[in-house]
Amino acid sequence: MKKVLQVNDLHVSFRTYGGEVKAVRGVTFDLNKGETLAIVGESGCGKSVTSQSIMRLIPNPPGRIVSGSILFKDKDLTKVSEPEMRKIRGADISMIFQDPMTALNPTITVGEQIIEGIRQHKKVTAAEAKNAAVDMLDLVGIPSPEARLKQYPHQFSGGMRQRIVIAMALVCQPEVLIADEPTTALDVTIQAQILELFRDIQEKTGVSIILITHDLGVVAQVADRIAVMYAGKIVETGSRREIFYNPQHPYTRGLLRSVPRLDIEGADLVPIGGSPPDLFSPPAGCPFAARCEYAMDVCDRVYPSETRLSSNHQVDCWLQDERAKKLMAAMN
Amino acid sequence: MNSYFVKRLISMLITLWLIITLTFFLMHAIPGSPFTSDKNTNEAVQNNLKSFYHLDEPLYVQYGAYLKSLLTLDLGPSIKQSSFTVNDLIGRGIPVSFELGFWTLLVAVVSGILLGVAAALRHNGIIDYLAMTFAVLGISVPSFVMATLLIQQFAVNWPILPVATWASPKHMILPILALATGPMAIIARLTRSSMIEVLAQDYIRTARAKGLSPVKIVFKHALRNALMPVVTLLGALAASILTGTFVIEKIFAIPGMGKYFVESINQRDYPVIMGTTVFYSVVLIIMLYLVDLAYGIIDPRIKLGKKEG
Ligand SMILES: Nc1ncnc2c1ncn2[C@@H]1O[C@H](COP(=O)(O)OP(=O)(O)OP(=O)(O)O)[C@@H](O)[C@H]1O
Ligand code: SF4
Ligand SMILES: [Mg+2]
Repeated sequence: MKKVLQVNDLHVSFRTYGGEVKAVRGVTFDLNKGETLAIVGESGCGKSVTSQSIMRLIPNPPGRIVSGSILFKDKDLTKVSEPEMRKIRGADISMIFQDPMTALNPTITVGEQIIEGIRQHKKVTAAEAKNAAVDMLDLVGIPSPEARLKQYPHQFSGGMRQRIVIAMALVCQPEVLIADEPTTALDVTIQAQILELFRDIQEKTGVSIILITHDLGVVAQVADRIAVMYAGKIVETGSRREIFYNPQHPYTRGLLRSVPRLDIEGADLVPIGGSPPDLFSPPAGCPFAARCEYAMDVCDRVYPSETRLSSNHQVDCWLQDERAKKLMAAMN
Repeated sequence: MNSYFVKRLISMLITLWLIITLTFFLMHAIPGSPFTSDKNTNEAVQNNLKSFYHLDEPLYVQYGAYLKSLLTLDLGPSIKQSSFTVNDLIGRGIPVSFELGFWTLLVAVVSGILLGVAAALRHNGIIDYLAMTFAVLGISVPSFVMATLLIQQFAVNWPILPVATWASPKHMILPILALATGPMAIIARLTRSSMIEVLAQDYIRTARAKGLSPVKIVFKHALRNALMPVVTLLGALAASILTGTFVIEKIFAIPGMGKYFVESINQRDYPVIMGTTVFYSVVLIIMLYLVDLAYGIIDPRIKLGKKEG
């Protein structure tokens, strides 16, 4: 499988009046060609910061990529110049944000907002750009696209606007599409339609998608692989099957138990007790220790390194680590 | 759309009528008459003059007569400068005052916006700090003090610019600067805060995610939205510049409308007071209308006559 994007040991921090917020603390993952990778986790765990780091859209100051690398087409995106990054944004890697009601400029026609993206990256005539925009709107299911181009965002419903945002993101045929909570602001029926659209578009264009969400229902519908994030780290990665049917990290299990499931009848909904650690001074050991029912002494002291359970399942948890007992003995 | 125009026109006319009525009766409530300062005229002459200008008639009759002559766009004769009609005086003074007002507004708007944008882009940086210090000064120093400072600096200490009359573009620099500083400072502050707000909007992030350059983002995506509050303020600023011209014209001996207006008040030259007020009211009412038109052009969500979203 071809890897289109490799994120290695990414650290991102924000300098604030209260101190340095270590929002992302060593995130590593790959994105394969044509797959949908879902990043899930509670609010504040660093999903958006991770995705915006890939686009280098972290507001700086206060934010900063402290270390790590993001490899895309033999380039390290943490190192390329800003003008070079601008050529990548929207052309090779595109991004969709959560709220379609605010993501579009209210004073510019949607046509112009799509066309300017094309003309930024491709040498095409005005007419060619317009045709491309019409085709794209058609692809994302906007009826009478030609007429709709001349309208302003407020003349569209929320679901329609999200389709426009998706059209805008895909119009330059990017290799990677990052969607940060693309359906959270939409009602359930529209959500389903938009997810359907993602699948449809991936089939037609082969784009690789990073889908960020805290909705496991969404994940179950579209993800090929899932990365579970907690307190700035990815604690478990696996295929959709592995994560849903064979979760190994206590946090992943907690997440799954906290959402309603149709397949396990009568299962109780159990929210995860406690709250995530303070990211100003994250714990040295496993960040989930304070909430984990299996926590051991070693968990508090040393962060568990990654254990490969299989070729498509990795987890950071001492429960899976053969060395745990040995290490504890050595430390005592 | 048409019914909107009709409604708008009617409300403009009512506003104008209110201003005329208020000014008319307030003006006559001020003690004194056009002839009280002429010490050498005796009572009989004064009475004759009063009856010549119909000032001896009951106020409501005078008021009715004034409204009637207004309908024919006749602003009446000047009492103190008897060889001129008010229409003459306006015809001579207004071009100069307009020139002053127009350039002042242009300088204030353009430089205020640029300063505000620069400050917003360097939010909390040195440029921001300097610009805002300057803005606070500009807002708190009145134009006549600014005029004095400018004269002192550029005509006395370092005599490179003329200080009086309206003879050449060079003569216009100091009065325009003196008058423009205040509005420019206000516009700069407003542009800055509204620009900072707009730059934090989601659609700006969308624009960045498209790979647009900072210049495009600022001037195409942000500025237009950031200018809404500035446009709102434009009517009020134009009014303040108008009244400012009266003072500045006096200081720089500029032969504009201000000179006649100030004199007319001191001398109770009723037709000139009324005429100037009516004229400026019309100008301002039209300005405010243009501002409303500008809204619709800047923000497509606002359609004149019906507002949505
Ligand atoms: N501009 C900023 N300044 C300071 N801290 C920030 C900033 N942006 C993000 N953070 C911090 O980074 C951490 C991760 O935020 P992030 O937005 O990535 O969370 P998330 O996983 O996307 O959550 P959500 O599901 O709520 O979107 C949070 O603790 C947040 O406080
Ligand atoms: S490492 Fe320890 S504390 Fe962390 S999840 Fe595993 S068992 Fe729980
Ligand atoms: Mg987020």
